[in-house]
Amino acid sequence: MHRNPARPMSPHLTIWKWGPHMAVSILHRVTGVGLGVLGGALFTWWLVALASGPEAYATFVGWATWKWMLIVWVGLTWAAFQHTLSGLRHFVLDIGAGYELRTNKFWSVVVLIAALALTMLVWAFIYLRNFA
Amino acid sequence: MKTDIPGMRTSLGRVRGLGSARSGATHWWHERLTSVSTLILLVWFFVSLLRLPDFSYATVTQWLAAPLAAVPMLLLILSVFWHLAAGLRVVVEDYVHEEGGKLFWLVAINFASLFAAALSIFAVLRIAVGGAA
Repeated sequence: MHRNPARPMSPHLTIWKWGPHMAVSILHRVTGVGLGVLGGALFTWWLVALASGPEAYATFVGWATWKWMLIVWVGLTWAAFQHTLSGLRHFVLDIGAGYELRTNKFWSVVVLIAALALTMLVWAFIYLRNFA
Repeated sequence: MKTDIPGMRTSLGRVRGLGSARSGATHWWHERLTSVSTLILLVWFFVSLLRLPDFSYATVTQWLAAPLAAVPMLLLILSVFWHLAAGLRVVVEDYVHEEGGKLFWLVAINFASLFAAALSIFAVLRIAVGGAA
């Protein structure tokens, strides 16, 4: 049966398609869990290592500067930006604004792009400051 | 004598704890409140770290021992662990539907975040007042 793709689709339990607003929504939870569990654990480890003395701190720094930990740090940086920007978007939604389809889609895409851009900016800065 | 406002709830429903616990809005509000405080304190945290000449043990502990670093750090710990416990709770409530599993994870989240928060607070206090630096 022919369906005119320009016509809006009526949402139903099983009839829907992915949009940026859904991606931002689920990423908010995924990044939140990642930041909470992994970020919380690393933060606690860092503080406990500091309080336990130079040797414990050296062990922490050893692990933190291990080359594969770079993936974790870059991942946490992105997660922090994604979660923060998405959270700011939620504040706007909380006051009842930004639900118009165009506006909602626009700011969802902005959040996704800005989080990636800020992550690259931070790591470019770290790289230039330390290795260039 | 004033009892619990019965509303439309049956006695069995009340015993089983069904329906509103009348603290949903508080949880929601705390989540928002701690998101703002966490954001402000994390900006302070990263700006402070950036201003340090290096990340050696002596430099970092000396910085953290000062009142104007230790106190915001304690507030950051309270804010961050409150926020992550509140957020993880919502994720469990939304995705774990089996009652036993849900209860397990809710208890685990509260215990783990409280333990991590207590450890972190103790660590800061030890550096700031215990003379670990």
